[in-house]
Amino acid sequence: MKHLLSIEQLSRAEIEAILDRAESFAEVGRRDIKKVPTLRGRTVVSLFYESSTRTSSSFDLAAKRLSADLVSVKAAGSSVDKGESLKDTIATLSAYDPAAIVIRHPYAGAAQMVAGWTEAAVVNAGDGKHEHPSQALLDVYTLRRRLGSLEGVRIWIVGDVLHSRVARSNLIAFDRMGAEVTVCGPPTLIPRGIEELGCEVSYSLDGVEEAEVVYALRMQKERMSESFVPSLREYAANFQIDSRRLNPRQLLMHPGPVNRGVELSGEAIDSPQSLITEQVAAGLVVRMAILYELLAGSEGQTPAGEGEAGKPTPIGTPA
Amino acid sequence: MSLTDALDVRAGEAAHLVLRRATVLDPVAGIDSVHDVVVRNGEIAALAGPGEADTDGAEVVEAEGLHAFPAFFDPHVHLRTPGHEHKEDVETGTRAAAAGGYCGILAMANTEPPVSTAADITALREQAQAGASVPVGFLATVTKDMKGEELTEMVELREAGAVGFSDDGLPITDAGVMRRALQYQHLCGGNIALHEEDPALSREGAMHEGPVSAALGIAGIPSVSESTMVARDAALAGYEQARIHVQHLSAAESVEVVRTAKAAGVRISAEASPHHLCLTDEAVRSLDPHRAKMNPPLREERDREALIEGLRDGTIECIATDHAPHQPEEKDVPFEQAAMGVTGLETAFAALHTDLVLPGTIDLALLVERMAGGAEPFYLERPSLAPGAEANVVLCDLGAEWTVGEDGYESRSANSWCAGKTLTGRVLVTVAAGQVAYRLRSFSLGVAA
Repeated sequence: MKHLLSIEQLSRAEIEAILDRAESFAEVGRRDIKKVPTLRGRTVVSLFYESSTRTSSSFDLAAKRLSADLVSVKAAGSSVDKGESLKDTIATLSAYDPAAIVIRHPYAGAAQMVAGWTEAAVVNAGDGKHEHPSQALLDVYTLRRRLGSLEGVRIWIVGDVLHSRVARSNLIAFDRMGAEVTVCGPPTLIPRGIEELGCEVSYSLDGVEEAEVVYALRMQKERMSESFVPSLREYAANFQIDSRRLNPRQLLMHPGPVNRGVELSGEAIDSPQSLITEQVAAGLVVRMAILYELLAGSEGQTPAGEGEAGKPTPIGTPA
Repeated sequence: MSLTDALDVRAGEAAHLVLRRATVLDPVAGIDSVHDVVVRNGEIAALAGPGEADTDGAEVVEAEGLHAFPAFFDPHVHLRTPGHEHKEDVETGTRAAAAGGYCGILAMANTEPPVSTAADITALREQAQAGASVPVGFLATVTKDMKGEELTEMVELREAGAVGFSDDGLPITDAGVMRRALQYQHLCGGNIALHEEDPALSREGAMHEGPVSAALGIAGIPSVSESTMVARDAALAGYEQARIHVQHLSAAESVEVVRTAKAAGVRISAEASPHHLCLTDEAVRSLDPHRAKMNPPLREERDREALIEGLRDGTIECIATDHAPHQPEEKDVPFEQAAMGVTGLETAFAALHTDLVLPGTIDLALLVERMAGGAEPFYLERPSLAPGAEANVVLCDLGAEWTVGEDGYESRSANSWCAGKTLTGRVLVTVAAGQVAYRLRSFSLGVAA
């Protein structure tokens, strides 16, 4: 695998390889020294054209834990503000000979275009409303740890599917891992034709009780002004996941950041069924695994510091 | 009116040619046989028996096995002048047209500033007289600055030589303004060409709304954003007994609206573009903004099939390229940000021959008829190979394979929707308004001894 541009292009085996790698990094994370020398001397550029807290911080930390040199560029305050094109920005950053470029961009296909302009491995950290593959991988990782397998697991993705790259990547990933996916939300926020991606569509929460996993999406306030829904109140009345709708054997997920009291009630967020903090923790090890797979994995390379059986060895431990 | 009377072209030497033993196909004139085509003094002087023409003093083209058709007419071209000459201008755009086998084109008015005054028309006509390889007609905008609010001085524009009117690039959203324009047409004449799109439905859409846009997370432009406006304007045209031409039809629903309106006696004509006839929104999956980003968007297979059926039954009388040149910096950006439009003049015939005729979807004769069908809706004479007609001829090698873009383009821009594709069928010579407008470099003309 040269780039991670979308879930669409990954096979189940490729997804599982990344998840298996992430498991080994989880083991490293439980040690006192959490850093491995795998990417020592190599450069990772993180280029964010949209605000992000958890994705950018976890990719940054993942690169550091792998001992890479990290160049973190935010669009605000950079030459992007001065009107530089994406192509020129990539040419500039490529002059540092980065091993990987992690990019988030407000438009679909940006990461794919970047991959055509640079020698570096490109990681899509979100392209418009298209895909967010690292999120889907960390969500599958989280569920696999909890459930063992997604085979036959019924998952409902609830909320603003139309504007959600998470929904798209996750429904493809869940489907590929054998889960049965239903997307649910008001008809104005379900894209026409989405069922061709391999999911059921429901315009109400009737039937959500059959799901093993409820995955709520962020409901953005600006959707009201565009008449997608009449009010947050009406949205919450029909689609909020609260303790009344969530039964004790169901798992609850959300990509964050949560609008407390809109798509999720406070008690649902804080309930024992909520995997939300586990998702964040998974984000780090999965992103380490992604960088590892792209830069040090698969091609039969033996990265410096790698111990037996492909297990990363912490710095300070004799390899 | 003949093309030379109504349109402008650089004056040059009248061709004296004999296309010897060409397979001549002009479905409208009822010609489908092998002839020596004699071009002289600006007209088709004779269709002689094979090998029988008097070649004295003529350039002779050995055309055995080659096809001669009436040259093509494109009612929808963006020459980008004034204001965007870095993309195209009259010279480069008409050279591209000549290379594609066209003997006439109509230039759209959505330039910068838009073509809205008689002085604008006069200046463009002078440019064409100085540098156009094939006859060009200029449309003027329907509304001032294309704002959709006030009509332009349509009578004066017509007197200055505007062939017709269009706000192409933008719809006329206000039905009242549209109605006034149709009423006023009874005074000023000239057809009104319409870009049909309801912006309240298309919004920030960047591709067709359907399963592919759902998969890509790109805001969709629903088919009804086009078909509802076609229906509105067909109703208005019928009510006002005015004439309209619907540009770049893309949706099956729109084809049905035009068909129904025609059956009801509305004076409505319609065009379809080669890219809508050859591609679907599946092409957008690549997220390649160079080839798959245009407005109206590439739609689904059922729409493509409806367009083809519209060509067959005459609902769509012509093929128009919507040739829309853009520079690389406007296309080397993510799909949603990329400029809308693709070039098409140099590849239209070959692409349609390759994708529709060779697989047997449509007959060659139908393609030839529709490629020249864009003149009549604008009150212009259809190019013809009947003896005595103005000499507008294209000579093609239907077996020649070539790769689009490998020798560059005559157009100043390279955003061809079929760049890199290997096509079968190539224009060798174009005669427009009696002059040789184009000859393929590798194809030499012999002079008779």
